[in-house]
Amino acid sequence: MELSGWFVVLASFLASAVEMVEALTIVLAAGTTRGWRSSLIGVGAALIALTVIIVIFGPALNQVPIDTLRLVVGGLLLIFGIQWWRKAILRSSGYKALHDEDAIFQKEQAEARTQGQQIRAGLDWYAFTLCFKGVFLEGLEVAFIVVTFGATARAVPLAAAGALAALVLVLIVGVLVHKPLSRVPENTLKFAVGLMLSAFGTFWAAEGAGASWPGADLSILGILAVYGALSYALVALLKQRKRKQLEANRSAA
Amino acid sequence: MSFLKNFALFWYDFIIGDDWRVAAAVALGLIGTALLSAVGLPAWWLLPVAVSGFLWISLNAVANKRR
Repeated sequence: MELSGWFVVLASFLASAVEMVEALTIVLAAGTTRGWRSSLIGVGAALIALTVIIVIFGPALNQVPIDTLRLVVGGLLLIFGIQWWRKAILRSSGYKALHDEDAIFQKEQAEARTQGQQIRAGLDWYAFTLCFKGVFLEGLEVAFIVVTFGATARAVPLAAAGALAALVLVLIVGVLVHKPLSRVPENTLKFAVGLMLSAFGTFWAAEGAGASWPGADLSILGILAVYGALSYALVALLKQRKRKQLEANRSAA
Repeated sequence: MSFLKNFALFWYDFIIGDDWRVAAAVALGLIGTALLSAVGLPAWWLLPVAVSGFLWISLNAVANKRR
């Protein structure tokens, strides 16, 4: 397998693992407070809907000429990746709160307990819709990455395999641990995924716009190194600024 | 109508996110890359420079807002 193939698997795996950890928290909160049957049916329905999206759009994107695909999808992937990257920098520098799975679990459980029971189609509708929405919305990002990343690299099966491996791993750990996976370093994983999506998005989109990269595929590693170094500098700079702001606020109080 | 509006808002939020300037920078970077390539000049450097510059502008704006 080529270098870009490994990156496709790795990016899909990491992005999927992060989103699935978040979805697992919602499903556990619903399952433990409202019962497992309706919750798991909600999960199953969402997974079917996501599979349909991947099955329809994956092969369809493969029919688009590669330069057009790289320009349009690479551009979208870059914008999407920068969102993850930007948020990860803000979290690492203290300008945005870190994701706390334990706190989210408690909040979801408290909300689930206060909701009345409405039975529709033989299901606890609150548990069903909560799990469906949670898994579908978190999974939509995964589907977007698998479809666009896979199609642009002409490797949808590799991207899908990465996502599937993450699903199996999170499910097994979730069943064994039976509580939110709060020890997973979500911010670090999101940082890595944001960097990878941004690096590949930059490479593909620029190539689609007509640029020729020195060193061809190897330049992806160069872009990753530059964006990684930039992240390090930006986090250090913003941390320093945050510290100064806190000191100024303290002395003003 | 509200369905269409919500649908558009969902995709705007999903793709563009918190700061439209980053998306604008990517679009401008790609237009610049295409123009440089069309006249036969090296263009590979432009997009990473545009992304890095506007990422800093976007982060700086957040840091200034939360002072």
